[in-house]
Amino acid sequence: MNSTDFSDYDVGAFFDELFASGAQPRAAAQAVVDFINDLAPGEYKRRQEAVDQALLKLGITFTVYGDEQGTEKIFPFDCIPRIVDTFEWSHIEAGLRQRITALNAFINDVYGPQEILKDGIIPRELVTGAKSYRKVCEGLKPPRGIWCHITGTDLIRHSDGGIYVLEDNLRCPSGVSYVLQNRLLMRRTFPKMISAVGVRPVDDYPLHLYSTLRFLAPDDVVDPTVVVLTPGIYNSAYYEHSFLAQQMGVELVEGRDLVVRDGFVYMRTTDGFEKVDVIYRRIDDDFLDPEAFRSDSMLGVPGLLDVYRRGNVALANAPGTGIADDKVIYAFVPQMIKYYLGTEPILPNVDTYVCEVEEQRKYVLANLDKLVVKAANEAGGYGMLIGPHATQEERNKFAELIKADPRNYIAQPTLSLSRVPTLTGDHFEGRHVDLRPYILYGKDVWVLPGGLTRVALRKGSLVVNSSQGGGSKDTWVLAREFDSVTSTDETLYT
Amino acid sequence: MPESRLAQPEPFEFDSESQAGFSPHSFTMLSRVAESIYWMARYVERAENIARFIDVNITFTLDAGDNDFGQWEPLIQITGDEEYYDEHYTTHDHLSVIQFLAFDSKYVNSLISSLNMARENARTVREAIPSEVWEQLNELYHFVRGTKASGATLEGLAEFFQKVKQHSHLYSGLLDATMSRGDGWHFANMGRMMERADKTSRLLDVKYYTLLPKVSDVNTTIDDLQWSALLRSVSGFEMYRKRFHAITVQRVAEFLVRDPVFPRSCRFCLGQALESLRAIIENGQARETNSALEKLTALKIHLDELDMRTTIDCGMHEFIDDFQLRLNEVGAAIFETYFDRAQLDLIPLVSGQSQSQ
Repeated sequence: MNSTDFSDYDVGAFFDELFASGAQPRAAAQAVVDFINDLAPGEYKRRQEAVDQALLKLGITFTVYGDEQGTEKIFPFDCIPRIVDTFEWSHIEAGLRQRITALNAFINDVYGPQEILKDGIIPRELVTGAKSYRKVCEGLKPPRGIWCHITGTDLIRHSDGGIYVLEDNLRCPSGVSYVLQNRLLMRRTFPKMISAVGVRPVDDYPLHLYSTLRFLAPDDVVDPTVVVLTPGIYNSAYYEHSFLAQQMGVELVEGRDLVVRDGFVYMRTTDGFEKVDVIYRRIDDDFLDPEAFRSDSMLGVPGLLDVYRRGNVALANAPGTGIADDKVIYAFVPQMIKYYLGTEPILPNVDTYVCEVEEQRKYVLANLDKLVVKAANEAGGYGMLIGPHATQEERNKFAELIKADPRNYIAQPTLSLSRVPTLTGDHFEGRHVDLRPYILYGKDVWVLPGGLTRVALRKGSLVVNSSQGGGSKDTWVLAREFDSVTSTDETLYT
Repeated sequence: MPESRLAQPEPFEFDSESQAGFSPHSFTMLSRVAESIYWMARYVERAENIARFIDVNITFTLDAGDNDFGQWEPLIQITGDEEYYDEHYTTHDHLSVIQFLAFDSKYVNSLISSLNMARENARTVREAIPSEVWEQLNELYHFVRGTKASGATLEGLAEFFQKVKQHSHLYSGLLDATMSRGDGWHFANMGRMMERADKTSRLLDVKYYTLLPKVSDVNTTIDDLQWSALLRSVSGFEMYRKRFHAITVQRVAEFLVRDPVFPRSCRFCLGQALESLRAIIENGQARETNSALEKLTALKIHLDELDMRTTIDCGMHEFIDDFQLRLNEVGAAIFETYFDRAQLDLIPLVSGQSQSQ
């Protein structure tokens, strides 16, 4: 084969984001498919290789955990975008707004009056017994009543064509820097294609983030000092922390740069202390403040939570938000939406079996070969069993784990994630994807148009995590209805 | 088809108090960040100087037409790490010495190790330096990492070290052309100039001993290829000619140590470092004492007033030893004044910052 095009692309038995069937592109993807089919032989591959080189030169790398040499790896980026039409995006956006509003109300409730527990909507012990439930957060009043300022919700498309919420990430969701860098690379590599298709911009994310953070500053502070708090250079998301600080034009601090004095937080400058008003912390609750959480943490700032409680510094996200992305609590989000907002969920959950509930546990144990089992508090694709792909031995091991600690496990049917064409050698093959949009909750709820499309690069794999062979794609939310795109097709070829 | 619901990005109003007027530049920076920028600059300069030392020696070797005629050992002496060399290398041929100086990643003062340190420091302060600077440094690092000494010809190596210099100049130029002259740039410049002063003096020290035939020769005109090579290694040959024309040892020493306008002379570098230090002081809060300023000023004056004839009579090596000692003391004072947490935490809070309870 001498040309990289879609002439013999096969959607297989899967929902494909770009192709309806065979070589028939979806209307929203027609322009992109035509553009790539019309490239000179070898041209597509050449551009993809230029992108790989650029990533190395830009130093956009992540560090692999458990690798003693701290090897840096490029997060692979595939140039075929995922395309979302305007109609579908408005559906997703509305669903995310609704969900985040309900989740924030839930967090505010469980650390406050606990009405949802009193009303028996969620069993009390599931909430207060969760590892991520922080008793020290009870009675906290975060600025403006907002707890989850930055959220990255994982969405998937099932074989029925519907979009489902897979996970809520309300602690320190990462990946948004890749969204911005991917777009930059696409604009550099396929400038004509992107401008002709008409894609909603993502570049103003840092400005929205900065505005969200400033909104949280204590009332009496006129010109607040905002900082990003990172665990340091060895954290796998360090690049992102640095990137966001740079893009917002604020300092990137480590725990050792901060100190608490007289009820305020200061950073250590070359001239001594300077007060800090808002901290976008990319450190988990556990490590935030050794006086309040884990006493062995070297990453955090002793006394920080006390300053927070006094209202002298704002933290984003607020401590304690992890309770809302516990995978057991996840199962109850649809009920939360009805309870707090009185509306039906716009974006459905994936069917979830809570192992703590005896009946559901029995079903899970009897059907391990069909289900995906997840630990309630793990992230990054760890602590997970994909039943149909596992050995009997692995399934037995998980059966024991579930029986020993049922509260810590949920199970879901094995989903068939949708696919997007991805360069594999010299041609395109479908690879499974998910989608993580980013939601900011400040003065109002704002959803970044697009998000991180993660792709499982290994054939047949459903695991999209960067630590386990995943890559990413740009996500194109169309700026106009795709019908109007066809009329501008000729501009693609100029 | 329904009308496009979200055809236009929503207008975004920047919710800022300072939008009406521009807030004044804030120059203060995290002391950790200042320290990393300072060391980033020092390490790149260190790497560049290693490339310069090797490059000039290669040129000279090529001219002499003999690959291993004994000019490579002094390069090991410059480092002061002969012990490490003898442990890990058996011969003193050019390839071994180049492997040691440039590509030995286990040797902490090699070119690749210096670049690695520069890059690691830069990586911790990426948000504080222009992206272009980071990218250039990153590219330089990958360029050197992808090269090996074994099997290379001297001509090939010469070209390689030339390229390293060019990369380094590009980095340095980007730093100057894209970074605001706030504290960040001044710390970088101070690091760069301190390192350059140190390396120029080191080079003179070693070459002086190797090249000087007799002490009585210091003031006679010589046209030694090696002295011009020394000048070329700091890109100073042409500038020297403009000032002094004929080469004498005393004049070369005068030029490298005391020339007021040549950008790699020790005195000029200290002057630049001092200017940056003064700018940092001006931007910051008043301190009662500043040992960095005191020590750097004293050392600069020392060079201003130095008489080269007397210095040579008293011993060039003794002078340079003393100079490097004092330079290290300046470095230590910069650390104590701006980077040392224990010292910084003693600075009292500015009134109004802590009193708003």
